[in-house]
Amino acid sequence: MNFEVIFFFLIAASAIASAILMVTQRNPIKSVLFLIVNFFCLALIYLILHAQFIAIIQILVYAGAIMVLFLFVIMLLNLGDETKLVEKMSYKKSIASILSGVVLLEIMIGLGLPFGVGFSAMNSKAIEIGTVESIGKSLYTEFILPFEITSMLLLAAIVGVIVLAKKKF
Amino acid sequence: MNFNLTEIPLNYYLALSAIMFSIGVVGVLTRRNAIIVFMCIELMLNSVNLTLVAFSAFHGNTTGQILVFFVMAVAAAEAAVGLAIIIALFRNKMTVNIDEINIMKW
Repeated sequence: MNFEVIFFFLIAASAIASAILMVTQRNPIKSVLFLIVNFFCLALIYLILHAQFIAIIQILVYAGAIMVLFLFVIMLLNLGDETKLVEKMSYKKSIASILSGVVLLEIMIGLGLPFGVGFSAMNSKAIEIGTVESIGKSLYTEFILPFEITSMLLLAAIVGVIVLAKKKF
Repeated sequence: MNFNLTEIPLNYYLALSAIMFSIGVVGVLTRRNAIIVFMCIELMLNSVNLTLVAFSAFHGNTTGQILVFFVMAVAAAEAAVGLAIIIALFRNKMTVNIDEINIMKW
């Protein structure tokens, strides 16, 4: 057990804990804040994987932009505690928990069987592929068409959001 | 540059990603607040992103991280449109409880 493995387990435990707290929290604002904690933990794990660009983008775009949008909408709608939304049917909840346990088992088996043997060490190229330089290079050469289409998608999203949120139906 | 490559095996990242995905599934299936259902979907997207970045690092291939970049762009668009739909719904029904929004139920 060296320092890095202990660090990974600490971050993983806090990511899982914040995800569970996010799901179980009654107040939506606390839920958003726990999700932001989870995103920061994920950014640290990306740093362990030498993906610096993705880690920074994770904090800037997810924790910075998307979650602020969520917080803004929750405060705009003035959603308080979820006390009125008490679930009457608890059997549905238990069915849902069993189902997601089955999903977890399936993913574990599906991911564990083919990749359980090899891949004990990271590829030696991992250090240089996560940099802004290498990602930017392949983004602007090999993946230039998807990149431009993404900009069209964002434009469509902007127009759609304005139409949806402005109109009085 | 004397970076050390980590000794953490790939399976740990995959297990963490699977656990986070399942927590997201629990949230989507059990919560009644539409905004929290959206946040659970974001959590699931993020766990898949973790899988992509882990495979990218272990294969030594940039493509996984490019895909994560596009997933983030699509997630931003999806969150904006979804929240606009929730605002429009709240204007009409004055609720975000997904049990009460059953106008399209046959």
